[in-house]
Amino acid sequence: MNDWLPSLIPTLITIAVVLGAILTGCMYLVLAERKVSAWMQDRIGPNRVGPMGLFQPVADGIKILLKEGVIPSHVDKWLFLIAPAISMFTTMLAFAVVPFGPVDQAPSWLRFIIAPNIDIGLVFIFAVGSLAVYGVILGGWASNNKYSALGSLRASAQVVSYEIPLGMSVLGVVLMSHTLNLEKILSLQAEGGIAHWNIWYQPLAALIFYVSSLAESNRLPFDLSECEQELVGGYHTEYGGLRMVLFFVGEYTHLVTISFLTSILFFGGWNFPWIATPESNYFGAWLVKILVLLAKVLFSIFLIMMIRWTIPRFRFDQLMELTWKVFLPLSLANVVAVMFVLQFAWPPIVLLPFSILLFALFGFFTVTAKRMELSRRRRASLVMQ
Amino acid sequence: MPIDPKDVTWITEPELGFWEATFLPAIMKGLKTTLGHVTDYRPVTQQYPEQRPILPQHYRGVHRLNRDEKGRVKCVACMLCATACPANCIAIEAAPAPPDWPDRDKFPAEFVLDELRCIYCGMCEEACPVDAIELTHIYDMTSETRAAMVFDKNKLLNVYDETKDNPVDPVRTHRGRLGPASELENLATLGPATSVERDDRAAKANTPGVIGAPPPAVRNVSP
Repeated sequence: MNDWLPSLIPTLITIAVVLGAILTGCMYLVLAERKVSAWMQDRIGPNRVGPMGLFQPVADGIKILLKEGVIPSHVDKWLFLIAPAISMFTTMLAFAVVPFGPVDQAPSWLRFIIAPNIDIGLVFIFAVGSLAVYGVILGGWASNNKYSALGSLRASAQVVSYEIPLGMSVLGVVLMSHTLNLEKILSLQAEGGIAHWNIWYQPLAALIFYVSSLAESNRLPFDLSECEQELVGGYHTEYGGLRMVLFFVGEYTHLVTISFLTSILFFGGWNFPWIATPESNYFGAWLVKILVLLAKVLFSIFLIMMIRWTIPRFRFDQLMELTWKVFLPLSLANVVAVMFVLQFAWPPIVLLPFSILLFALFGFFTVTAKRMELSRRRRASLVMQ
Repeated sequence: MPIDPKDVTWITEPELGFWEATFLPAIMKGLKTTLGHVTDYRPVTQQYPEQRPILPQHYRGVHRLNRDEKGRVKCVACMLCATACPANCIAIEAAPAPPDWPDRDKFPAEFVLDELRCIYCGMCEEACPVDAIELTHIYDMTSETRAAMVFDKNKLLNVYDETKDNPVDPVRTHRGRLGPASELENLATLGPATSVERDDRAAKANTPGVIGAPPPAVRNVSP
C-alpha cells in the first residue's frame, strides 16, 4: 500500500527545485529582457542595484511585495482575484511533464521531470496550457473596464485560433515518434544523434510551432491583448502590484515552457554531438546535459526577445490571416505528408525537401495573390481619381 | 501665399515587389539591425548624477542678480525685465537709492522672481539695460515647498555669489561689450533643428518655405 511513499520525497524536492528555478528564472528573465532591449537600443539598462544591476530583480521583488494590493470598487471581486492565479497556475502546471535533463541519469533524490512517464505528455501540456487563456479572459472580464474587456476578447480569439496550428504542427512529430510522451520523444532523438533531431524532418512544423507559441503566450509581435498604445494595458489595466506580477510570471513561465518544448521536440533536448549523448557516462554528465538543454532554451528565449524588439505588432486581421490562411493549411499539409511517409515507409528525410518545397510553393502563391489584390486595388483607386 | 505648381510633386505608392511582399527580407534586415546593435554596442548614456552634461554657453537656467564692483546690486529697478517677462514672474519693489549711491535714482528694495512660473526664455536678460539680471547654468534646483522656489533679492544675489567664479557662468555682459553667448561662431550647436543646408532643395524652392521638387531620379509623377 505504501508504494507511492518512496517517490514522494524526490517528487517534493523536484517540485521545490523547479518552482524555485522558474520563479528566480522569471525574475532574471525580466532583467535579461530589459538588458537585451537596452543593448539593442544602445542604452545601458538597469545598472544601479548591485554589479551590472544583477540585484535589480531582488529590488523589484521587494518593491512589489511591499506594494498595496488595490482592488478597484467596480470589479467582480472573486474573478478578479482568481484570474492571475489561474494564469500562473496553469502555465506552472504545464511544466510538470517537461523533462529538463536526462531523466534516466538523475540522482536518487531528484528527478529531472516532476511527473515521469506521463504517456499523454503533449496533450496534457496543450490542455493545461490553453487553460491559461482563462486567466486573461477572466481578468479582463472581471475588471469591468472596456479596455480590459477588449484585450481579453482579442486574447480569446487569438489564443483559440493559434491553438489549432500549434497542435497540428506537433502532430507530425508525434506521428513520427509514435508517442506523446516527451521523455520518449527526447530519447528517440538523442539515440539517433544530431542527424535525427526532428528539425531535419519537420522544419516547417518547427517554424509554425515557434511562431504559434509566441502568439499563444501573447508575446510581441502578437501581444494584441495588452497593446499599450490602444488598450492602456489590455486585460491587466486594473491590476497592480503582486497580482499584475502574477500575470507576468505566468507569461514568462509560458515563455520558458515553449522554449523547453521547442528544444525538446525539435532540437534534440539535452542531446549534443560528442559532449552529451546517451552513451556519455562520465562524471557530471547529467549536469552537462542539463546545461546543454538550458543553453538551447536560453538561445530560444534570446531569439524571442530579439523578435520582440525587431518586428512591430501585427494588425488584428493580419494576425487572424496568418493563422487561418497560412499556418492552418500549411500544418495540415505537413501532417498529411508525414502520414504518406509513414504509410508507404519512405525514408523520413524526404520530409525535409518536401517541407521546404511546401513553404516555397505556399509562399509563392500567397504572395502572388496578395500582390494581385494590391495592384487591383491600386487600379481601382486610379480609376476613381 | 499660394504654392507654386512647380513645387508640387505628385507621387504614387511604389509597387510592392515579390520579395518585399514576403516580408522575409525585411524581417532579416530588422534582426540584423537589432543584433548589430548588441554586437556593436555603443551606448551614449550619461550616468547623470555622477557625470554632468556639458551645457552650451547659451543655456538658460536659474537667474542671478549681478553685483557691481562695489558689491552693490546692479539693478536700478527700471522694471524693464518685469515688463518684458512673458510669464509675468518678476515683481520689483522700487525704492529711492541711498544717498551714497550717486550713480542711480532707484534701487530694488525687493526683487522677487518665481522660478516655478518662469519659462526661462531669457527676455529679462535681453531687456536689462544695466546687465543686472542673467541666467546661469544651474538647472537642478529643487525644494520641498513652492514658497522656497520663489526667489527673493537675497537669494538671487546669493546665486550670483555662487556662480560668478564658475567658468561656464562668467559675468557675461559688461556695459556695451557682449559676453561669450553672443559669439555665434563659437557656440556649440544644440541639434540640427531647422537649419537648411545651402544645397538643400528647400533652399531652391520657388515658393519660399516650401520644399521643392525632388531631383528627377526619385521623381515618380503620375499623369
